[in-house]
Amino acid sequence: MQQGEEDELSVTIAHIVRKLKGSSLHSQLEKEARASLHNTDIKLETLKEDIKEFFKTSGWEKKLQNAVYRELSVLPAPCHPLAPVEHIKEPLTYMRKAQASWEKRVIKSLNSMCTELNIQLARKRPLNEQKELLNKWNEMGTDEPDLSLFRPVYAPKDFLEVLINLRNPNYDIGDQGNYKSHLGLIQVPLKIKDIPELRDFFQELSLNTGQLGVDDSTQVPPELFENEHLSLGKKVLAGHDSAAAQQFVRQGCPTSLRADLWALILNISNQPEDMLYYEQLKSNVIQHDLLSDSLIYKDVKLTASNDDYYFVFEDYLYQVLLCFSRDTSVLAHFSYSSASPPKSYIRGKLGLEEFAVFYPPNGVIPFHGFSMYVAPLCFLYHEPSKLYQVFREMYVRYFFRLHSISSHVSGILSLCLMFETLLQTHLPQLFYHLREIGAQPLRISFKWMVRAFSGYLATDQLLLLWDRILGYDSLEILAVLAAAVFAFRAVNLMEVTSLAAAEAVLADISTLKVMPLLQIFLFAVVP
Amino acid sequence: MAGKLKWVTDIEKSVLINNFEKRGWVQVTESEDWNFYWMSVQTIRNCFSVENGFRLSDDQLVNHFPNHYELTRKDLMVKNIKRYRKEQEKEGSPLAEKDENGKYLYLDFVPVTFMLPADYNLFVEEFRKNPSSTWIMKPCGKAQGKGIFLINKLSQIKKWSRDSKTSSFVSQSSKEAYVISLYIDNPLLIGGKKFDLRLYVLVTTYRPLKCYMYKLGFCRFCTVKYTPSTNELDNMFVHLTNVAIQKHGDDYNHVHGGKWTVSNLRLYLESTRGQEVTDKLFDEIHWIIVQSLKAVAPVMNNDKHCFECYGYDIIIDDKLKPWLIEVNASPSLTSSTANDRILKYNLINDTLNIVVPNGETPDCKMNKHPPREVLGHYEILYDEEAAQADGAERDLKCRVGQPAGVKGSRTRDSGRPVITTWK
Repeated sequence: MQQGEEDELSVTIAHIVRKLKGSSLHSQLEKEARASLHNTDIKLETLKEDIKEFFKTSGWEKKLQNAVYRELSVLPAPCHPLAPVEHIKEPLTYMRKAQASWEKRVIKSLNSMCTELNIQLARKRPLNEQKELLNKWNEMGTDEPDLSLFRPVYAPKDFLEVLINLRNPNYDIGDQGNYKSHLGLIQVPLKIKDIPELRDFFQELSLNTGQLGVDDSTQVPPELFENEHLSLGKKVLAGHDSAAAQQFVRQGCPTSLRADLWALILNISNQPEDMLYYEQLKSNVIQHDLLSDSLIYKDVKLTASNDDYYFVFEDYLYQVLLCFSRDTSVLAHFSYSSASPPKSYIRGKLGLEEFAVFYPPNGVIPFHGFSMYVAPLCFLYHEPSKLYQVFREMYVRYFFRLHSISSHVSGILSLCLMFETLLQTHLPQLFYHLREIGAQPLRISFKWMVRAFSGYLATDQLLLLWDRILGYDSLEILAVLAAAVFAFRAVNLMEVTSLAAAEAVLADISTLKVMPLLQIFLFAVVP
Repeated sequence: MAGKLKWVTDIEKSVLINNFEKRGWVQVTESEDWNFYWMSVQTIRNCFSVENGFRLSDDQLVNHFPNHYELTRKDLMVKNIKRYRKEQEKEGSPLAEKDENGKYLYLDFVPVTFMLPADYNLFVEEFRKNPSSTWIMKPCGKAQGKGIFLINKLSQIKKWSRDSKTSSFVSQSSKEAYVISLYIDNPLLIGGKKFDLRLYVLVTTYRPLKCYMYKLGFCRFCTVKYTPSTNELDNMFVHLTNVAIQKHGDDYNHVHGGKWTVSNLRLYLESTRGQEVTDKLFDEIHWIIVQSLKAVAPVMNNDKHCFECYGYDIIIDDKLKPWLIEVNASPSLTSSTANDRILKYNLINDTLNIVVPNGETPDCKMNKHPPREVLGHYEILYDEEAAQADGAERDLKCRVGQPAGVKGSRTRDSGRPVITTWK
């Protein structure tokens, strides 16, 4: 091994060890070890081997392995050991600056709403109000507070404008582009995968691999594959191995195993202490009223409550999202996110760092459509605390990347660029046509990608798509699907002559079958 | 315009008229010659009544059986099912097997029900066995949740009977009769909300029985959170899922109308409870529908000019057991949302394709075996002729001795035949 790699590895190991030391797994292990101290069979000479053996037989090995795997999945890209912390968040200076100024805008908008409506960011609820909220915890949807004055802090299209205006100051594209220049809306150079690289990366999606979500595969009779895949899935679950589960779901999850497989991949076990933690979050919600709660209410009412698939779960969404906003453990993801949590100051102490608090406590300001990240999960978990944990983990692994500015391969900017590049390269006629009539494809597909297609696809199809997000530990599939949808509707799109007409062609994508579209786009077309 | 089918309807609904017009059929009035009459249940009563009943000719078709009320009136349905169970028992049929508590293993699918005032004493006896139970009172001849109320004390029913005696509404005619049924107080809740299932079933003949199940049924959700506590008994919105009732609730949403597709229900149940129990539930739902039809088949006037599309209301309890609540002869053709309109348009379209093959003038002597391609979203639920042909006896045994969790009728769009374990 090269010296540099070795250093890198030891940095990684040190990092993970540090993370695990603070976890409840560590204290459990310590407790277990202390209990074994009184065991008389302990022999010093075989101690190491005995412990290894014990780990294997007791299931601790798998637990530790899964915990390490979890940390690896959110481990920032390798960085020079001397690089400052902000480089870990985002290596490119201009991206960091853009993200910071976007955050300023968001906070300004939030503050001005506060001033306009003359409400506080946070207040303690009087006792009678606490009691009332506790009583209607399971039916918050029946409450109809007047939220007409509230507006979402921002919508995806506001965010798109920011991305479109982003430029790399060190990279001059000049006035005259050549045939290779990018004609889309995103004008920053980022490394993205091309079709051959995507084929290699998503090789398990190829036409001759069995796939859930494809009814008419010619290679393997679907029913045969389904049965085989189901019994393999049961074995994977019994193995308690996150990595194996992740590999397995690349070919799709059988519906009846999905909830457990996802929980295994995300290393969620819903232990008593996790449930207790959820109850604590709940009591925090009961005690304090935050302005951001109204934003959550408003968002659920505007989106999920009107959705054919998700209206049933309205009350679960309030519970999960309100608890999420109080959860300070979410702050940990800012160490590898380009975003930073907004700060607020105790009244009268503006600007004094020692009086700064994160607002909301989890550091995430919800935007229009945020609740759609939770909604599909309601189909899988009916127990609120488990639903909550799965959502939180999905958020800190994936969803945060869809609304922050970064150069990460799964970041929204890379997805947008990949989408536009795929279209420009593989459907040039369509791309130029839409561009000419002022219907830049990204203006239509952006909202799909920001919400990871939640609320746009039928739920069964959405879950098949999210299977692959988890399976490949990447959001790139979103950009591929967005391009595949355009390819699928290309004939109709070639006939439109306005943005509105193009939007109409793509207004309802709830009848699409995700897997065939992805397969055809990736593997059936000659590049 | 010879050869064109002539239609009449007394229900001015666009989902009907659009479907007729699409086929190029010609509208006529009731007094002219007609081939196809989509009529309300009031009209069918006159149509077949003794005094002005007209004889239908071979090229005429109507959308009700003359005595459909044997199935669609709450009291008669229960009466027929009770009779059917007794008959099965007498014949020593394996269907009538009972468990150690004397409950039918396979035929216990309607909540315990009594007619009032006729069975009042029987009801009191049953009520005293379980005084904490809640019961639901429904007028026999009314639909859309009208006249329904809940009781959980004997005094309430005494008061009701006193009040009704003093009112003009006391007459003994069966129209004012009520049924009282044990209220399913442990319904399956999804998202904390109570719901019932509305499924559409088409019957083209009762003897032999041939029926079709519509794949696009839906769940109707209560807009108010379900709490089994009795002080909520007055809030009808909690307990009744009829859209006609729910529409008056403040929270009624006009985008989705509180309706969820059956495919959503299946996805949710398979994801949260597993495939085996989900398959079993849907299998049982199909089972109870067929049994209810078999129960009324012997008394039904199997007029060859008739077909009927029923709206089945089913409630699922928290142990995933389905309960048949009632059957409607005239499922609402009013559309509450855009999706609803599409669904009902397709329902009528697919129904017409089966009962009026090729949209040609009907001939009620022709065989009733539509080719698979015309079924649309329907699938064959039960075909007595075919079942007898492949040995119904064997199949019945197969059902009764069925081990729990046999993969049931998993229906798919791919057109694979439905394998229903009990057929």
